[in-house]
Amino acid sequence: MRRRMLDTAMVYLDHAATTAVRPEAVADMTEEFGHLGNPSSLHGAGRRARRAVEEARESVADSLDCTPNEVVFTSGGTEADNLAVKGLYWWRHQSSPRRRRILVSAVEHHAALDPARWMADHQGAVYEEIPVDRHGRVAPEALRAAVERDPDDVALVSVMWANNEVGTVQPVAELAAVAREYQIPFHTDAVQAVGSQPVSFAESGVSALTVSAHKIGGPVGAGALLLARGVEPAPVLHGGGQEREIRSGTLMTPLLRGFATALRLAVAERAAHARHLAELRDSLVAAVRERVPDAVLNGHPTERLPGIAHLSFPGCEGDALLMLLDARGIACSTGSACSAGVAQASHVLLAMGADPETARSSLRFSLGRDSGAADVAALGEAIGPVVERARAARRKRRAA
Amino acid sequence: MTLRVLAAMSGGVDSAVAAARAAEAGHDVTGVHLALSKNPQSYRSGARGCCTVEDSRDARRAADVIGIPFYVWDMAEEFDRDVVSDFVAEYAAGRTPNPCLRCNEKIKFAAVLDRAIALGFDAVCTGHHVRKVDGRLRRSVDLDKDQSYVLGVLTREQVAHAMFPLGDCTKAEVRAEAERRGLAVADKPDSHDICFIADGDTAGFLNDRLGGEPGPIKDESGAVLGTHQGAHTFTVGQRKGLNLGGAVERRYVLSIEPVNNTVTVGPRDSLKVDEITAERPVWSGCAPLTEPTACQVQLRAHGEVYGCRAVERDGRLVIELDEPATGVAAGQAAVLYDGDTVLGSGTIAATARREHGTRV
Repeated sequence: MRRRMLDTAMVYLDHAATTAVRPEAVADMTEEFGHLGNPSSLHGAGRRARRAVEEARESVADSLDCTPNEVVFTSGGTEADNLAVKGLYWWRHQSSPRRRRILVSAVEHHAALDPARWMADHQGAVYEEIPVDRHGRVAPEALRAAVERDPDDVALVSVMWANNEVGTVQPVAELAAVAREYQIPFHTDAVQAVGSQPVSFAESGVSALTVSAHKIGGPVGAGALLLARGVEPAPVLHGGGQEREIRSGTLMTPLLRGFATALRLAVAERAAHARHLAELRDSLVAAVRERVPDAVLNGHPTERLPGIAHLSFPGCEGDALLMLLDARGIACSTGSACSAGVAQASHVLLAMGADPETARSSLRFSLGRDSGAADVAALGEAIGPVVERARAARRKRRAA
Repeated sequence: MTLRVLAAMSGGVDSAVAAARAAEAGHDVTGVHLALSKNPQSYRSGARGCCTVEDSRDARRAADVIGIPFYVWDMAEEFDRDVVSDFVAEYAAGRTPNPCLRCNEKIKFAAVLDRAIALGFDAVCTGHHVRKVDGRLRRSVDLDKDQSYVLGVLTREQVAHAMFPLGDCTKAEVRAEAERRGLAVADKPDSHDICFIADGDTAGFLNDRLGGEPGPIKDESGAVLGTHQGAHTFTVGQRKGLNLGGAVERRYVLSIEPVNNTVTVGPRDSLKVDEITAERPVWSGCAPLTEPTACQVQLRAHGEVYGCRAVERDGRLVIELDEPATGVAAGQAAVLYDGDTVLGSGTIAATARREHGTRV
């Protein structure tokens, strides 16, 4: 029987979902997996593991311009976002019960949106979305307006550094400055930004920052929440208290080493990598538009990630496009969350003012380290007939 | 010939084995699970339905094991419009619909098939227990599991694009094969009832949507014998649930008139009909019968088969039964057979007793 698996996909344009682990990280992890020892143990084996963890912590701090004790390791971006949103709410609400409002941008990742909504549904929080413009950007004035309605009842603000679907980069430092004026903690999910944007925790002025390993060539299962001095979220995971009593769970030494190595390389190579991605992205957009002139590029025209091209294809359904491209060995994403495998109209596109039909007609192509001109050429070859076919299917469906 | 085949995978054992057989036969198979509810948890939970999150996961696992690509198609809008709303409207009109049949007619072999063809597929494959021989539907070799009746509504064109790999074996053989192929759904229970009514409480489902207006239960002379809590919850031929205490003889529902919310009951003998008029005739197995032709007819799922003479006249199908049948409900399909081959079908609109007048 024939087997078709993802591994055989020739053209991988979904690096924003996850990207290949770098060989240097694999080498470090492989070595570390050969060692025995829990970093919390007091004996020699434990001390050796602890040293590896603390070296990883220092490396991460160095890469992101923070101090080592500002790094709280987590299992990844989702855990870090949950810790930030829930933990900061509990901390702030505890010290002043009036603080109930959680301000989040309307285009946050579900890892930040859903904890905020859950806090509203179960913990008495008040959930409030800060609107974005048609490019998906939060204006500092919009945040200011939301805060100033009642600065004393805001528990926290969460606005991502760069959007995972359309790639729009937020004016994080300006937004953080607004929150700082009112001494409100400001969290940012920088999962998609690190590696192509200059991310300095110290300079950004944010109180908390989420980063994930597997988006930058590290392993799945590791990440961190950076916490500025004096920012003390209540724990979400209780237990051994391994990470400053804020996060419990045995530290995953091999993964943290892989994370630190991948991050160090990503930051060192950032400028050249971003240039490479931007060139490739531009040629991808041009190749698509040559075949499909009415394809619409979404997101901010300049303030955007270099590795993401998010395009709407009028008259198509995104899931049909994805399936047809997949059958031709081209992997991409509809960019939106799934519910039981059904692609929902993207909340990001809807927040940007798109109608549901347009939102469902979109695909995200995301580039990575291994991407090259051949990938773009292959997509250019395929996209014309694929769009034509998807349009025919859509017309058929509408006619029925 | 290698075909591009779209295998509809419910998450059950039949469709999994059907997809596996299609792939093994050398076809280029893609598995698709149909999401039929906008909120997948809102329909049936557990292992008996075909549209829960677990079913979707089971279908995905089966596709992994078979080694075919797999996607979920959102057909919730079409399903709600063409199956669920139709189901409610039919009951509201005093008829007894068969939603599985409607789903085959409007979803699997219409909306899904159309989309599949437009996207470049040649055929839709399902796990129905039915054979396709020379472009015609024939009963499964497993008569207990035969599903030719619920496919009797398909047109010749729809049948032409359908692939049914399971018709030549029994359900027990399908389960054994699933086991052999390492498909975890091998011992998943059969689905029953109506997939979009989560708790199996059809009357409650209808009452929620149509309201339960009390009305009279009358006999054939018009005398009021009792009260019901909503005419739409009754089906022609039904005996239970009438709550006519003290009746000397067993009474059956003879007809339902939603307009005046009246249920008419009578003795079993009054249920007997031998002339059936059916609407929207389709002919998948032969040219339209323009002359009265001897054949057989089945009047409900898993129902008895009657000898008959059938003819299409003025766009309607007129069926004269060789012997009277009971419990023939408007809204069900009359599927015509020549032996085990499906000839065509129509939707039952009216029934009569030849020596009596038209009743329904």
